[in-house]
Amino acid sequence: MAKVVGDIVIDIERCKGCEVCTTACPQDVIAMASEVNGKGYHYAMKVNGNCIGCSNCAVVCPDAVITVYRAKI
Amino acid sequence: MAETFDRPEIRTPENLVYSKTNVLTDNIMHYCPGCGHGTTHRLLAEVIEEMGIQSETIGIAPVGCSVLAYNYFDVDMQEAAHGRAPAVATAVKRLFPNKFVFTYQGDGDLAAIGTAETIHACNRGENMTIIFVNNGIYGMTGGQMAPTTLPGMPTSTSPYGREVATMGNPLKITELIAQLPGTYYVTRQSVHTPANVRKAKKAIRQAMENQKLNRGLSFVEVVSNCNSGWKLSPVKANKWMEDNMFPFYPLGDIKVNGELVK
Ligand SMILES: Cc1ncc(C[n+]2csc(CCOP(=O)(O)OP(=O)(O)O)c2C)c(N)n1
Ligand code: SF4
Ligand code: SF4
Ligand code: SF4
Repeated sequence: MAKVVGDIVIDIERCKGCEVCTTACPQDVIAMASEVNGKGYHYAMKVNGNCIGCSNCAVVCPDAVITVYRAKI
Repeated sequence: MAETFDRPEIRTPENLVYSKTNVLTDNIMHYCPGCGHGTTHRLLAEVIEEMGIQSETIGIAPVGCSVLAYNYFDVDMQEAAHGRAPAVATAVKRLFPNKFVFTYQGDGDLAAIGTAETIHACNRGENMTIIFVNNGIYGMTGGQMAPTTLPGMPTSTSPYGREVATMGNPLKITELIAQLPGTYYVTRQSVHTPANVRKAKKAIRQAMENQKLNRGLSFVEVVSNCNSGWKLSPVKANKWMEDNMFPFYPLGDIKVNGELVK
């Protein structure tokens, strides 16, 4: 059976660190960075490679920060 | 170098499943972190893109936190005086009956100062779409009590909570306008979880598609958070909204195809 893998690209300078995406991810892929972006927000970052490309994080992000890819391998 | 967990090999156009719609400009929205205004803007912009009506859409911006909505939607926009968006939209739609016309309004704008314009546009059955973001508070001006503020809910002008005996009852304007013969579709949604976002987007799509039918006004309430006004983090505000706002403002369709649900 083909395995589904995903990847997200986080535009960290647009991220406002609201954390809404972290609670939406079924794979616990996202956590907040200890560093801050240019606006001073702790931005979202990937902390594992378990993304399945479900888009949950992107659809709840108020600032359209996340781009999602999904592929069968 | 630290591990990145990136998979650059799958980042190809055919694998792209989500990216920011071009109907939103590249301006960074001024909304507070986690504010539902951003999500609601995004959904409406995605619907406009998917319907292919970017050049056929005219939006009316309100007064309130979303006063600058015209900086974010890459469609023709007109600013209205506080509460008057449905009156301005009426004129626009009557002058351009083939355009898709929407207003985007907060609860202070729509259900306080603009109550008359809202009710009469709905009752006249203007063939347009109203997007109503209800966060139970005046967000922009510092979290004052709104007509929509819940009983017992603290705000900057009701610091001990809204006392119904002295401050009156909250106004369920969405249920009220659903009773009017001019409304064709009335629904209440939220945008705080992936499932709710997907439902809300379908509702907004329906509300915009309905304009093709010429059967009356479509009204989408989005029960939303005001993290700053409620003085909670975005994630806690969303939980508070589920526990407190949804029992009073239950989600779901109220009127479909001109018929009250239930
Ligand atoms: C004629 C007039 N009266 C009062 C105000 C002050 N004012 C600005 S925004 C606002 C309320 C906004 O609340 P709401 O519509 O709920 O939007 P939110 O900011 O919560 O999104 C008020 C009272 C104004 N700008 N113009
Ligand atoms: S696409 Fe789905 S699995 Fe991947 S990070 Fe986002 S929410 Fe998590
Ligand atoms: S939801 Fe968007 S803005 Fe909020 S932390 Fe996640 S990526 Fe950043
Ligand atoms: S004040 Fe409230 S409604 Fe306004 S942008 Fe901030 S969180 Fe959103």
